[in-house]
Amino acid sequence: MPTLTYLQAISAALRDELRADERVLLMGEDIGVFGGAFKVTDGFIDEFGPDRVMDTPLAESGIIGTAIGAAVVGMRPVCEMQFSDFISCGFDQLVNVAGKMHYRQGLAVPITVRLPSGGGFSGGPFHSQNPEAWFMHAPGIKVVAPSTAADAKGLLHSAIRDPNPVCFMEHKHLYRRVKGEVPSGVFETPFTARVARPGSDLVVMAYGAMVTVALEATEDVDGASVEVLDLRSLVPLDEEAILDSVARCSKVVIVDEANSTCAAGAQVAALIAEKGFEDLDGPVVRVATPDVPIPFSPPLEQAVLPGVERVRGACRELLAY
Amino acid sequence: MATHTAEPAADGAAAVEHLTTEDRIWLLRAMLLMRGLEERAMTLYRQGKVPGSFYDGYGQEAVSAGAAFAMGPEDRLCILHRDLAAHLIRGVTPTRILAQYMGRATGITGGRDGNVHFGDRHLGCVGMVSMLPDMMLVATGMAMAFKLRGERRCALTWFGDGSTSRGDFHEAMNWAGVQKLPVVFVLENNQYAYSTPLEKQFAVDPVERAAAYGFVGVTVDGNDAEAMFEATRAARERALAGDGPTLIEAVTMRMHGHAAHDDMKYVPKEQVEQWRKRDPIERQEARLRSLGVDVDAVRAEVKATIDAAAEEALAAPMPDPATAVDGVFCEGEAEPLGDGNAPWSGFTRSEAVA
Repeated sequence: MPTLTYLQAISAALRDELRADERVLLMGEDIGVFGGAFKVTDGFIDEFGPDRVMDTPLAESGIIGTAIGAAVVGMRPVCEMQFSDFISCGFDQLVNVAGKMHYRQGLAVPITVRLPSGGGFSGGPFHSQNPEAWFMHAPGIKVVAPSTAADAKGLLHSAIRDPNPVCFMEHKHLYRRVKGEVPSGVFETPFTARVARPGSDLVVMAYGAMVTVALEATEDVDGASVEVLDLRSLVPLDEEAILDSVARCSKVVIVDEANSTCAAGAQVAALIAEKGFEDLDGPVVRVATPDVPIPFSPPLEQAVLPGVERVRGACRELLAY
Repeated sequence: MATHTAEPAADGAAAVEHLTTEDRIWLLRAMLLMRGLEERAMTLYRQGKVPGSFYDGYGQEAVSAGAAFAMGPEDRLCILHRDLAAHLIRGVTPTRILAQYMGRATGITGGRDGNVHFGDRHLGCVGMVSMLPDMMLVATGMAMAFKLRGERRCALTWFGDGSTSRGDFHEAMNWAGVQKLPVVFVLENNQYAYSTPLEKQFAVDPVERAAAYGFVGVTVDGNDAEAMFEATRAARERALAGDGPTLIEAVTMRMHGHAAHDDMKYVPKEQVEQWRKRDPIERQEARLRSLGVDVDAVRAEVKATIDAAAEEALAAPMPDPATAVDGVFCEGEAEPLGDGNAPWSGFTRSEAVA
């Protein structure tokens, strides 16, 4: 099994889908000749041509809106937002046109929107956001967020083959930092959670880059047995896996890189309060970025993003409860 | 009417060579059905049987009738809220339309969405959303797919004068121009966006912007169904020939308020009276009478259709509340849009066109 970086895994999934299905079409700013701002589609234009690896005008609403039009006449567009932050300019098309289409008219909109997200590299307020919760709140849109190279590939295959709009949150900080064995060829990873490390004293629930942080933070917390649950899919949210972990561990820390209020983790906390209360042996603890724009300067950015120390501290405190 | 580009404005006279008498009756029938259905719906609204508000296209019937009549079965349409005739031409039945207005289970959206927010996907139509003109981009994307696949088809969408102020108008016009796509943009200039008149909406007539995006713009008398047909037919020909998009500015007048609740007191009475003399249905009737067509028989047939449709729609069930949360996601295979009716004799005569 080849070892790929998270970024190479995304590239491999896109390449496999372009080869397997002539309906698949990549659209985005600078993805063709230049190969993408992060080089995810480097060299693609040579194999697949400029029609299927389309350099679009600089117009995010245009990218999402035209992708919707192409999808309803039989294409499978995969849109790249150069940075997930820019989806705000395509928000209306995604939320109002794509998200509500099937409910209103029975018409499926099979589009995938790739959203390079997250901070940790001085991207500043407009290149570091984690906008997944915006779309969790909008009916009709699925949201997935891989943390490993294998899941980056498998979830992207599933997203492209899903008949619904899917936001694929790919964390920029993981692109070249995370490596792993990735099966060759097409495989579809289900939109469910995954136990990244089993445990019994406490569970840390996270997704995307925070899974890496959670694993490192809990390698050794005073010898406790700490589970890490990688949510992987935010819509649908894997209620069964979340409640199973709560039943096993009884203590829960939920980590979001996103701003705290109404983040994905807030929804997980609400779910546990509603359906897992009897299994709890302590308060649900949340670690998230405070409600501030992501600052540019490294000491400021590190002060707000959840890091290993904060997560470990939260675990230690809850274990002592 | 002034023409702002090198392209001559279409007029009804030029259309005659492409329209049989039966076609011209079809245009009248579609407009009469639209007006009659909307009048009936307004009555039902006042009786409390149409929830929400009600939006009609009184006086603008020629815009959707003429444009939709020029479109082929495999063409795709994104239809606006004052364009009921387009749905009728594509094959949506009057019964389902009235059921739609009343939120019944048998309406096109089964009660999921209201009034004119619908499109029958089996007939090649996508329903609008309220954020205007979002559907310009959707139509542009359809045209992009047609071009990528080398298909001889086009997409058409309608939008209003207010829509020209929003970014999606510019993004769609630019995208379609850059990629030279087979799409027809019909700007329905009905003088008011809700209460806002044109002079507060734009500094130049938006038809002039077509040239700025690299394609043809034409101004058409939007109260002449045959002129609308001819302009759209020519635009479709250009699209299929690979000559790119066309912006058609259909100049018309919104003769009623924005919706049923709007008394339109911001519109000068003289303006309404002037436009009343240019009623699109009266114009088409006069043409057909001069050809010896029994227009009263068409009217009687339309009225009977509407009476029967209203009776059937009123008997239709309301949706089951237990289904309110169903269908947010597609669970099976994605099924693309189907083909619509295309009653123009230019299609029915020639299989090759379909």
